[in-house]
Amino acid sequence: MRQSFIAKNPSVLVFLSILALFTLLVTVFAEGPGAGLIPTSFVKTLGKTLCLCLIAIAMDLIWGYTGILSLGHFAFFGLGGYMIGMWLMYERTRLIVSDALAQGDIPPTEAEVVDAIGTQIFGVVGSSEFPVVWMFADSLVLQLMLVVLVPGVLAAIFGWLAFRSRVTGVYLSILTQAMTLALALYLFQNDSGLRGNNGLSGLQNLPGVEAPQSEVSMWFFWASALALGLGYMLAAWVVSGKFGSVIRGIRDNEARVRFLGYPVETFKLAVFTLTACIAAIAGALYYPQAGIINPAEMAPVASIYLAVWVAIGGRGRLYGAVIGAAFVSLVSTWFTGGQAPDIPLGFYTIKWVDWWQVILGLSFVLVTLFAPKGIGGLFDLLPRKDRT
Amino acid sequence: MSTLLEVSGVSVSFDGFKAINNLSFQIAEAELRAVIGPNGAGKTTFMDIVTGKTRPDEGRVIWGEKSVSLLDMDEAQIARQGIGRKFQKPTVFEDQTVRDNLMMALKKDRWVIAVLLFRASSADNARVEELAAEVGLSDQLDRIAGELSHGQKQWLEIGMLLAQEPRLLLVDEPAAGMTPEEREHTTDLLVEAAKTRAVVVVEHDMEFVRRLNCKVTVLHEGAVLAEGGLDHVTSNPEVIDVYLGR
Amino acid sequence: MKRLFLACLALICACQVSLAQTPAGSGPLQQLLQDNRALIEKSSRKTIGPVIDSIASSGLPQARSFLEAWQAKEIWQRKEDGLFFIGAEVAKRSYALSDPDDGAVVGDYDKGDLKQLKPNSGVRAMIATALVQFQLSDPDPATRAEALLAIERAPGAELLAPLRASIDGEKDPALKARKTRLALLLTIAYGADEAKRIAAIEGLSGDLSVDVRAALNPLVAVTVELAKEVPQGRNIARTLTPGEEGLSRNDAYDMLVAAGHVPKRTTPDALRQALAANIEGGRVAGVPVAQLSNELVREKVYEGLASDGKVPPFVGEDAITIALNRYVFFETYAEPSGAVTDAARQALERIGTKVALNQAVDLGLDAISLASIYFLAAIGLAITFGLMGVINMAHGEFIMMGAYTGYVVQQVIPNHTVSILVAIPLAFGVTFAAGVAMERLVIRHLYNRPLETLLATFGISIALQQLAKNIFGTQARPLTAPGWLDGAWVINDVVSISYIRIAIFVLALIFLALFLFIMRRTRLGLETRAVTQNPRMASSMGINPGRVNMLTFGLGSGIAGIAGVAIGLFAKVTSELGQDYIVQSFMTVVVGGVGNIFGTLAGAAMIGSLQKGIEWLNPSNTLAAQTYMIIFIIIFIQFRPRGIIALKGRAAGD
Repeated sequence: MRQSFIAKNPSVLVFLSILALFTLLVTVFAEGPGAGLIPTSFVKTLGKTLCLCLIAIAMDLIWGYTGILSLGHFAFFGLGGYMIGMWLMYERTRLIVSDALAQGDIPPTEAEVVDAIGTQIFGVVGSSEFPVVWMFADSLVLQLMLVVLVPGVLAAIFGWLAFRSRVTGVYLSILTQAMTLALALYLFQNDSGLRGNNGLSGLQNLPGVEAPQSEVSMWFFWASALALGLGYMLAAWVVSGKFGSVIRGIRDNEARVRFLGYPVETFKLAVFTLTACIAAIAGALYYPQAGIINPAEMAPVASIYLAVWVAIGGRGRLYGAVIGAAFVSLVSTWFTGGQAPDIPLGFYTIKWVDWWQVILGLSFVLVTLFAPKGIGGLFDLLPRKDRT
Repeated sequence: MSTLLEVSGVSVSFDGFKAINNLSFQIAEAELRAVIGPNGAGKTTFMDIVTGKTRPDEGRVIWGEKSVSLLDMDEAQIARQGIGRKFQKPTVFEDQTVRDNLMMALKKDRWVIAVLLFRASSADNARVEELAAEVGLSDQLDRIAGELSHGQKQWLEIGMLLAQEPRLLLVDEPAAGMTPEEREHTTDLLVEAAKTRAVVVVEHDMEFVRRLNCKVTVLHEGAVLAEGGLDHVTSNPEVIDVYLGR
Repeated sequence: MKRLFLACLALICACQVSLAQTPAGSGPLQQLLQDNRALIEKSSRKTIGPVIDSIASSGLPQARSFLEAWQAKEIWQRKEDGLFFIGAEVAKRSYALSDPDDGAVVGDYDKGDLKQLKPNSGVRAMIATALVQFQLSDPDPATRAEALLAIERAPGAELLAPLRASIDGEKDPALKARKTRLALLLTIAYGADEAKRIAAIEGLSGDLSVDVRAALNPLVAVTVELAKEVPQGRNIARTLTPGEEGLSRNDAYDMLVAAGHVPKRTTPDALRQALAANIEGGRVAGVPVAQLSNELVREKVYEGLASDGKVPPFVGEDAITIALNRYVFFETYAEPSGAVTDAARQALERIGTKVALNQAVDLGLDAISLASIYFLAAIGLAITFGLMGVINMAHGEFIMMGAYTGYVVQQVIPNHTVSILVAIPLAFGVTFAAGVAMERLVIRHLYNRPLETLLATFGISIALQQLAKNIFGTQARPLTAPGWLDGAWVINDVVSISYIRIAIFVLALIFLALFLFIMRRTRLGLETRAVTQNPRMASSMGINPGRVNMLTFGLGSGIAGIAGVAIGLFAKVTSELGQDYIVQSFMTVVVGGVGNIFGTLAGAAMIGSLQKGIEWLNPSNTLAAQTYMIIFIIIFIQFRPRGIIALKGRAAGD
């Protein structure tokens, strides 16, 4: 079965090979285990980029294949980050606090430790009580399950409500955007239980692990690469069979699919929830590499950027999404990171930091107008064996 | 012969305009029926009601031996009951191959997980090829549906309907925009199909209806004006009045 | 008789002054002053009160002018004999003194021979209070009004009698009403007669003003006290059970500790410190330190230490319960009269109901003004999205452009009224042009691909935002409203609305009228409706759909620009201004029902009042209000997917 699937989808094999080669090269040249040509910070950037590629695949599934322009998937991404961030922050604070309390004359009681952790974590929002949502923060296993469960359940509830009432097209987009805004605003509150606009921080440290960041970042890079590879295969498998035909049918003519007897709403809900889970996993891998997460990450704009990456890369083809996310996010990092040289014109100096957004914005317009297939569309120009 | 579908006393109005007015209609298993009527007679709305797209204000729609009501079901559920519909404009999935189109329509479990795990068996492939042969698209199986000609798309859609193995087939103006040869082929397909199932054809074109050689129902202003053989209804003065105007 | 005598006396004094520089010092006021000389010299707020009172109540006609001079720091003491005089500077370092009793000039003195009385601000305030009774009957109404204001600011028991006394003689009806009301307020607080106080309370129980509530609230204020048993003859509000509502067990016990009835609680912290202080060779009372990471073990060890007398006895939950059971806790009023507190409570309840009603009105006004803002922000969108079906994510940036246009105009034209009048048409022009350009260059090519319109306009949106940042910087720019829009229309102490919000409401109404006029009465409106309903039919009738679409889109964008000027008047003008409104604007249009201006109006009204309503339920948190509002909208769309005012049938275009 697997063999026939790979055989029928040579692009999967190509993609996995390139990903493996890329991972190998980065490992060989990275600062931690390898030759030291790639600094740790750039390894983190590359690892984060892989996570963005993963969420772009999710976006491509829901938008490129199923035709639902969700402007909410970055919210699921952020939620996934929050879920893993809770454990990272709790566990790390617990270790630090336990160490500090052990310095005292008398060993601390459990209540004292929990109290001290609470003060450490929630002091910034003027509280020391653990909110209910932190109930499972001391358990890595449970919190890892929540990474998928919380965004999954949220997506399922929202999707059920939205699809059931047959909200489609731009209305659905606006509705998902509203959901994202509501979530971000909620998290901005100090009494949301997730430290308001301070967010969660110190996530780059693995609690109880003494290894230097150069190694930890490598582990996360590998995990991201693995997740991207698995995610790509899963997505390719999902879209290759009849399921893929049905969701593309929904994209092109929803009513017709319905008259064929397929429960369209359930299919949409399944894709929406599945992609929300993929997005959450991507987020759970992304934020430990970023080190910090706060509600601003979940602003509605982020989700639109996601759509734009997929559009630039090329919708409806998985590698297009990956190319778009990798290309645009890396180029953005380069231009806004201040690395690009300014261009002095004599009367005015063009600073890329200032003008990159303008160029990016206008290039969306140009891509939508003149290259609706995106960068991925270039591959159609290559001669193909199975044609002719 | 037992009744397959019974529509009784159905009315529906849009913003005060009565599109269907106390309409009653019956069809038996393995029957071919043509529904004719001038523009605005309510032919499309009638189909919308049967397939669940439009909900009537009053009336009953009863289906099958078990006499279940179709009014509580959505479009997909009704389709799974065994009612297939062909739209006026050919609607196939233009982005996908003829094979994929037919495979999607094949009567199989429609549930999400089943669809996700579905992999075509050799029997499925054989059935798809058989259907393609039936509608005359054998050599087009691996073409993208969007590249087909208008008539080919119509046949593909009929093929998809047959793949669904419906007990009732609703066909909306199948002959529109076809060449005479294509029409002939279409007529043959429909007559053939009606041997094993009920087929309702909505049509403008009297010549086409004549060739179907079946019982005719005339709709006017959302209600049945006349019913019977084509010659019978065309000699009805009211029908002449409606068609030719006063 | 007495006057005559005084006059003679004054005459004699004057003669004496002129003859020789002998001290006058014999007047009754001077006498009074000399009696209290020590206190006056040391004037301090704490001690001077009785002196001021005795001067004010002496009944001497000269008391007032003396107090006024004292307040103005014009009283000088002659060093040689300690007598007090009113002094006026005649030359540098030279003062002419006059007698406080008769005003007779005593002579010029060098500053070195004198000592000025310098009452501090506290003392001056007390003098002012004493002067009030004179001012209350002053012939000048302005002075009387001022005196009333002084009483309102600093009410006191001693003011009640003079205030009451001055009511009957008051000629001015407005002042008389104020005096009567003030007398009631003072009666409530300081009156001696219970019946009068209750009558006063009832007389004011329908009054919404803050000062009435300020007068009533101290009467119903309670303090928690404890005793062995509930005392008789006290005005007790209720008895409290520790551990239930109003008093926690720990607080109750801490009160007992503060009263010295019981030893301190052994808090976990105290326990730990006590244990830490008694570590001996890695053990506490024989138990290894490592085992002390458990509360029960700690308590046991502590009790062991206590029985050895090394630490105070353990006071845990059991001891607290026993101690609490021996005492009763109750809330008591500072006001001794139960009838008065009851009347005050009832009056406050009645006022509370009335205040709640008025607050509802105020909330309604707030909601209307918020709805106007949303309507203004959304009306342009109602045209571009509602009528044309174009998702314009850059709509917010058009609002921003309008606001910045207003800012630039104000840099050129300093007069705020004129600059706003110029800015409005200019903002329309700028955003109209931008809208037309965008329609021609981008949107025209995407009419059949709404999702891609969304993306392309989003690209324009971020480009425009960054451009604004590059041009105007990231800090907020001011757009100042004309002076006549400052301030608020105050209806009573509860209900008020700022003029700027009224102006925005009026602007929203004007826009509604304008929109209806354009759509129903002009050629453009007719053509727009034709093109949106059936573009092919419209073009076959000689309407140029391209031109109509361009103008309609420009119109929607232009209105966004004007909305930007209005919004800029009360919000910060930054490059992110538009972002704050875009989602709400889309919500407004979607909730209201696409393609219908009254739907947009209804949507704005619903979202505005909803947000204000939720804010009222949870006033500390506007973020939460927005969150709940959006959730509500998502649920609302479940039930009315086409919005409040839905188009039915084929026009809905499904």
